[in-house]
Amino acid sequence: MSAQHALPSTGMSGYNFAYLDETSKRAIRRALLKAVAIPGFQVPFGGREMPMPYGWGTGGIQVTASILGPDDVLKVIDQGADDTTNAVSIRNFFKQVAGVASTTRTTEATIIQTRHRIPETALRNGQILVFQVPIPEPLRFIEPSESETATMHALGDYGVMHVKLYEDIVRHGRIATRYAYPVEVNGRYVMDPSPIPRFDNPKLHMNPALLLFGAGREKRLYALPPYTRVVSLDFEDHPFEIPRWKSACAICGSTESYLDELIVDDRGTRHYVCSDTDWCETRSAAGERTT
Amino acid sequence: MSALSCDTLPESRARQRADVDKGFPENLAETAPPRPAWAAESPLLQAEHVTHLFGPEQGCQDVSFTLYPGEVLGLVGESGSGKSTLLAALSGRLPPEAGHVRYRDGKDWLDVHALGEARRRTLLRTEWGFVEQNPRDGLRMSVSAGANIGERLMAQGARHYGKLRQAALDWLCRVEIDPDRIDDAPGRFSGGMQQRLQIARNLVSCPRLVFMDEPTGGLDVSVQARILDLLRNLVRELGLAVVLVTHDLAVARLLADRLMVMRRSRIVEAGLTDQILDDPQHPYTQLLVSSILKV
Amino acid sequence: MDAILKVSGIGKRFVLHRAQGTVLTVLEGIGFALFPGECLVLSGHSGAGKSTLMRILYGNYLASHGSIRIRHGGEWLEMVGAEPRQILALRRHTIGYVSQFLRAIPRVTALDVVMEPALLRGYARKTAQWKAETLLARLNIPERLWHLAPGTFSGGEQQRINIARGFIAPWPVLLVDEPTASLDETNRRVVLDLIAEAKAAGSAIIGIFHDRAAREAVASRFLDLENACAHIEGDAFHAA
Repeated sequence: MSAQHALPSTGMSGYNFAYLDETSKRAIRRALLKAVAIPGFQVPFGGREMPMPYGWGTGGIQVTASILGPDDVLKVIDQGADDTTNAVSIRNFFKQVAGVASTTRTTEATIIQTRHRIPETALRNGQILVFQVPIPEPLRFIEPSESETATMHALGDYGVMHVKLYEDIVRHGRIATRYAYPVEVNGRYVMDPSPIPRFDNPKLHMNPALLLFGAGREKRLYALPPYTRVVSLDFEDHPFEIPRWKSACAICGSTESYLDELIVDDRGTRHYVCSDTDWCETRSAAGERTT
Repeated sequence: MSALSCDTLPESRARQRADVDKGFPENLAETAPPRPAWAAESPLLQAEHVTHLFGPEQGCQDVSFTLYPGEVLGLVGESGSGKSTLLAALSGRLPPEAGHVRYRDGKDWLDVHALGEARRRTLLRTEWGFVEQNPRDGLRMSVSAGANIGERLMAQGARHYGKLRQAALDWLCRVEIDPDRIDDAPGRFSGGMQQRLQIARNLVSCPRLVFMDEPTGGLDVSVQARILDLLRNLVRELGLAVVLVTHDLAVARLLADRLMVMRRSRIVEAGLTDQILDDPQHPYTQLLVSSILKV
Repeated sequence: MDAILKVSGIGKRFVLHRAQGTVLTVLEGIGFALFPGECLVLSGHSGAGKSTLMRILYGNYLASHGSIRIRHGGEWLEMVGAEPRQILALRRHTIGYVSQFLRAIPRVTALDVVMEPALLRGYARKTAQWKAETLLARLNIPERLWHLAPGTFSGGEQQRINIARGFIAPWPVLLVDEPTASLDETNRRVVLDLIAEAKAAGSAIIGIFHDRAAREAVASRFLDLENACAHIEGDAFHAA
């Protein structure tokens, strides 16, 4: 976490360390403390304007900016990859405004900001994963009124979540929700885990790392403290399942990671590769050493 | 969660009647189910001096009555007489300015407006039902008919898709909707079908008390008849207590055991349905009854 | 034998607020006791208040004063001032009524109309249906009509449906208002048999019979309303 004094130079005059002013950071950290204290509960916060449009991860960036300290090592991924535009831009932003070290290695990072994935490499206690969240409200799809959804959360009135899953089975013969699959946190709040694939849902359960969620447009924060119980909603006769691929990763041969589909020629030949680039590279490197 | 359809409930709720029926063992020999003593003797809902006014004589004032299990009470009167306000106050939607609404839950009497929001909501979607005049207000138009029926069960913790589906199919049959339409959105249904779906959605949890606000109000006459017939049968089969708001005295005659006539926020006359319609006492009721076209 | 019904000092006054508060006194000082197994026939000219008295006894009209006590489930119940649900319980168990006209409900079949009182009484559906079919057959309603709604039936057919409905369950007290009015000789005979059987089974019957022969056939006693009322035709309120 950033100290409030003796901040190192960022190399850019006119900006505070990590872009946000200290008062704003403190306000956000307070909201985060509340979020940690009530796992899965959406805490409103006074979202600040960031030098990028909504949808680019302004919620996650504010969270990262508020918890970032000079000694942190930052990793930024988008769809699991360190080298996509969004990831590169955000990493460069923090390098510029905070001057912190960055890495692509999951194991080396102290803070990982992510969009759409949880790294395949198991996180450890002490690491913080910051999620960028577009729509934090899991009940929004069925109940547009904000005051009504707040009441529903307050009362644990969650029958409609299963209505959504029921509709899935009606339309697709199974629960077809592939992203943002709703979870129940610590036996209390229903939470949208951000648009991670449901493949990643089991990683939320009892994760040793601190998981923070920031929604910039909707100005909401929520959190899963380390080792929180997280259950994916389902039906007895349609239990939650994670997808499996028939193929292995074309690069590293992994059969247990989340795979992206690539079409590699004009004839529609498909290849599957790990979406988590760090995981894939690490395995490939290890594979080269052993073979 | 065990009870997914009313068929699994003990028979005791069917044809449940008040204590006035006691002492007829010879007539009831074939069905007479054991019932807890308090259930037979006690009212289900009690209104005590319920008052909520929006202006002079607008709303309802000083309304008191007692409703017994299995009783159908019709609230009649012209538009603006305060029927809907009273219904809202009775059903816990509108806190009255004065008076109390009490509901008996087992042996305990609950003050409906002093309940916590959580308890009130649970009551509303388990033991109570509310059939809106416009089915669009009572249905979730964005999800399928089956999901509409299953919602209450899911809210009560039903987590078996197959059983939810079976309950939905059963109820579609009971309200005379082709079971093949289970996966259709209610928007593709006719007005009459939507109303029947709304009824199924409410009754699936086997409520004891159902509030109805002009349930046939917006429908064609031919469609009305079908719904009235359906309601009449369901009310009997399930032993439902009903508070029915209608301005249509023919509907009241068909469904209600007794009537309360409202005028300018007050109950001006109350009694047995036949008696109110055949021998009205109050000048306003006489006017109301004599205004019906007889065909 | 104990009476089943004790009526004393019954009077009926209609206050017609729509006609400048005109007061019509239809019945005054009616009193009688009714015993199981007898048939009391109300007599008096048209408009003497026979149907009004029937409707008071069934709870459709409120008595202006007096007392109507009826033995209901082993206890005496005062009908004047009774709660609606007490009247409804009376109608389920103790008082049956064969009115002059059938109130047809759209979509409800003849069979269901007839079965209804039995089902309300708590009979099993099978038993009720068997009884209904037996009665409909006896009253010569063709089987093809049983599963149709009686709204479109002829007057005589509707009346026979109404009669079947009235006789499907045994009643301690049975009110019959002109049950033979629009029937042919064969069916008139069936109805008189039904009444005789009910009497023999211990029902106390109060009847209005326009037809003199029918009246003589079933009456145990007569109650003359000739001097008990002012002159008004039929349904006082609606006539006003």
